[in-house]
Amino acid sequence: MRALLGLLAAALATFAGSARADFDYQLEARELAAGVFVVEGSTEHFTFENGGNIVNIGFIVGDDGVLVIDTGPSRLYGEQLRALIERTTDKPIVRVINSHHHPDHFFGNQAFADLPIAALPQTIAAMQAEAGGFADNLYRIVGNAMFGTEVVMPGETLAAGDIRLGQRRIELIALSGHSVADLVLLDHPSGVLFASDMVYYQRAATTPHANPEDWLQSLDRLEGLDFDILVPGHGPLGDAAAIAQTRDYLQWLTAHLDAAAARGADMAELMYAPLPERFANLGAMPAEYMRSVTHLYPRYEERYLPQAAVAEVQ
Amino acid sequence: MSVPKLLLIAAALFAGTAHALPKDPLHSGQWATMAALFLGEQVVFDERVRLLAPPEAEDSMNFPVLVDASRLAAEAGPIAEIVVFADYNPIPLVLKFQPGRAAPRLGFRLKLQQGTPIRAGARTADGVWHVGHIEVDAAGGGCTVASLAHGNEDWSSRLGEITGDLFEREQGARLRFRVMHPMDTGLADGIPVFRIEHIELSDVDGALARIEPYEPVSENPLFSLDLPQSAAVSLAGRDNNANTFSAEIRP
Repeated sequence: MRALLGLLAAALATFAGSARADFDYQLEARELAAGVFVVEGSTEHFTFENGGNIVNIGFIVGDDGVLVIDTGPSRLYGEQLRALIERTTDKPIVRVINSHHHPDHFFGNQAFADLPIAALPQTIAAMQAEAGGFADNLYRIVGNAMFGTEVVMPGETLAAGDIRLGQRRIELIALSGHSVADLVLLDHPSGVLFASDMVYYQRAATTPHANPEDWLQSLDRLEGLDFDILVPGHGPLGDAAAIAQTRDYLQWLTAHLDAAAARGADMAELMYAPLPERFANLGAMPAEYMRSVTHLYPRYEERYLPQAAVAEVQ
Repeated sequence: MSVPKLLLIAAALFAGTAHALPKDPLHSGQWATMAALFLGEQVVFDERVRLLAPPEAEDSMNFPVLVDASRLAAEAGPIAEIVVFADYNPIPLVLKFQPGRAAPRLGFRLKLQQGTPIRAGARTADGVWHVGHIEVDAAGGGCTVASLAHGNEDWSSRLGEITGDLFEREQGARLRFRVMHPMDTGLADGIPVFRIEHIELSDVDGALARIEPYEPVSENPLFSLDLPQSAAVSLAGRDNNANTFSAEIRP
């Protein structure tokens, strides 16, 4: 039924000839340090009202060009982001980076298709495998604001290490654990760390492709970096406290799931377990916790369901 | 339908009271059909039949539900049978559960094709079906996607393998067990229905409970039940290809 309605809506839109949805994301660039900007999103989950804008996007203006860090959840977002950057600086965009393969970070690539777009090789492979499913899901949840969005893959691969943006030294740090590959950028002149979805702040971490053990190890590395301002993938700007909060939640979540499996909790029961006060008020709670139970609980259940003795067949 | 039965229904309608199907608060167009297929003539909605499940399906192949009619049982007597169905699933019947000596409470996962009401009818000894339900949002695809087993070469060597454990509770024990089985719906191209038909549970005191999982139950189904005592449980089941499987789970 839903699919049929979608088809009808698409047919009507085409018939109307306008073939264009208008969704104004009202993007604003906030300058954190000279030449370093963030475009902040909501701390909710994807909704029709927020058009999928739940993500923090960055751009850094160098001597002769601009580096864009992630492109947002849709074509319209990407177009509005590009217009915002072009209003903010007269330097040309020279490169676009996708931090990881989740759709809210690269579905705006379409608006930058004429420019070099780069990501880690594992990220590109994961995008190829999963972009179609992501698109179906986002169209379903976000609707109108997704209009005309098509997947544009990064054409260049990145490796960990320093890159230059004019005189600026920007360090690329390749981590994993939130997804199969998570790229973090440290702008050395300003001390701004673009932590991507390695760090969630005042907003519950999402775990559809998470490996919590790898994620916690990656947080160790982040804590060792010398930075002044941290831009999380989702949530307000922070500092080391944002890393500590993400770590606290992941540690609690994994211990909680393990203890639940050890006492034989059923998955549906576990979804309604009370959350500790310090997590209950994070953005997107308790829905994000419920999603994490779906993603992560099966691997804990396995640990506590040993092979049963085979009985005599009567 | 026989003439006397028709007359009976007409009489009931005329009387305006007995056995009228209650109006569905979820406004599902399938409700009357579902009630006719899976329930009896006496149907009431009853909050004491509780379904615990998330509001949205994050994974349409594995949507967790815990059906719990224990409050109904405490107040209205033993539950003979629980039937679970999802109105808008292409195969609506999810499972049947005869709790026997186990608590009238069962946790499992199912495949969802789209947003749908999920309902559980619990039949008390007087023949009345007490129905609880929830409404779930789902992206879909759960029933028409091939089971993961078909991408995995060694699935047949693990077919019917059972893992599980008994977890002691203050009273009795929680039993959790998983049976390796593709639970194919027959709706994915070229893959016929292949499902477990029934699983019998017994202990030293004899028959304990019976589960009949239908096509929508998830691949490698994992069940949670609450038993009166923490004692060894025997499981015996068969699938629609006449494969049998059995196991003993000890505390």
